[in-house]
Amino acid sequence: MNTTHPQLNRHGELRHLLSTEGLPRDVLLRILDTAQGFVSFGDREVKKVPLLRGKSVFNLFFENSTRTRTTFEIAAQRLSADVFNLDIQRSSTSKGESLLDTMANLVAMDADIFVVRHAQSGAPYLISQHVPGHVHVVNAGDGRHAHPTQGLLDMTTIRHYKPDFTALTVAIVGDLVHSRVARSAIHALTTLGVPEVRAVGPKTLVPGDLRSMGVRVCHDIREGLRDADVVMMLRLQNERMTGGLLPSASEFHMMYGLTLERLALAKPDAIVMHPGPINRGVEIDSSVADGGQSVILPQVRFGIAVRMAVLSIIANASA
Amino acid sequence: MTMPQAPDAEALYAQLLVLVRNWLARANMAAGNHSRAEPAIVGIYSGGAWLAERLHADLDLTTPFGVVSSTFHRDDFATRGLHPSANRTTLPFDVNGRIILLVDDVLYTGRTTRAALNELYDFGRPARVDLAVLIDRGGRELPICAQLCAAQMALPHMHMLALERDETQPQTMRLAFRLESKA
Repeated sequence: MNTTHPQLNRHGELRHLLSTEGLPRDVLLRILDTAQGFVSFGDREVKKVPLLRGKSVFNLFFENSTRTRTTFEIAAQRLSADVFNLDIQRSSTSKGESLLDTMANLVAMDADIFVVRHAQSGAPYLISQHVPGHVHVVNAGDGRHAHPTQGLLDMTTIRHYKPDFTALTVAIVGDLVHSRVARSAIHALTTLGVPEVRAVGPKTLVPGDLRSMGVRVCHDIREGLRDADVVMMLRLQNERMTGGLLPSASEFHMMYGLTLERLALAKPDAIVMHPGPINRGVEIDSSVADGGQSVILPQVRFGIAVRMAVLSIIANASA
Repeated sequence: MTMPQAPDAEALYAQLLVLVRNWLARANMAAGNHSRAEPAIVGIYSGGAWLAERLHADLDLTTPFGVVSSTFHRDDFATRGLHPSANRTTLPFDVNGRIILLVDDVLYTGRTTRAALNELYDFGRPARVDLAVLIDRGGRELPICAQLCAAQMALPHMHMLALERDETQPQTMRLAFRLESKA
């Protein structure tokens, strides 16, 4: 095993989770199998196990988040870790302290795991290169690059409803160019052997060079949805939308929004996913988001299980 | 050192079944006296779960059998990590106030039993928990003992004793012991 792998140690075990890209299939499956064991956790009278007792998990969200930060916090607490949420807006970073200086100070406070969200692609990688061997880094979303725990919770959700990855057609619809969620899902889907992954959306948001990731590019929503087993909708990211990529949200809805009528093109038992937050009436109609094929809320539950799995796996990997 | 012969799991199971039948009669009486729910059998994954399944079938219990996994409460998590496929805890009945027979194949250091008890208590507070095992091999490192035990067999540390199930004929649920030297 290559000792310089950014995410694995010399035994091939997951030490940092930075991206689903480059993760071997057995490592991915180990995370999904472990997550499986945590899915029914909510049924226990005591929703806490001592696996991370005495470990300190620092949540560092340099970018806003509700779902991801909260579910990471729940996951860490259910594993009995001590969780610290840093208020970045009020921290020394806002006084000009460099990222690595901030991290060095937190390491001095005996941090064991950093959960990092940052607007800059590669920030979690940079941190992982500078922390001591016993400290682990989890990427909770960096720029346009990756959001691996979202990708893994998507895989957990898909496997729950459609156990055989090698028999699936997955359509990812919307703003793929700005989407770290899509990138993380595509890498995981191809590694897990999904034979057809479609990238569906307008040319400005679904560029042809996505083909190099092993996906089929569809600019026609009807073609993209036809006979799909899984429809993954992406959020139209207003805050990242600069410079005339789209005429308007309502035009996007007219061309690519998921309506019941369009969903009928997919297989009758197709599931509909969305990473949230939803723009109702833009990328997805309420009738679909709240309908019988939607698994959007189960995704959130699976998110806790996957984050518990990731935290408990990396906490054990030596340098 | 010569290797001792692996014990006969089927013969030991027959003995354990008699012990559990008697236990169940007593437990039913105790449960009845306190208007409690029917006693339940809970196996520790994986060997104990096979035993629980078979005991459940042979004893004709109406309450389904349960399975607990020791994974989440193991004290060697920091050194051995999490076993991905081993969290198989399923307790399809209310644990609270129930008399429970915890079943395992081999009782050794007692650490697995301790972890399984913690797991069980994450689902509620039983009225009473007894422990039944096929073999007590000695070597305890915790104050734990089995109330029901088909056989005792002192085995040195380097020997590994594990129960296996014949999966080629799943309907028979036949069990066998494998004895190996770790050296």
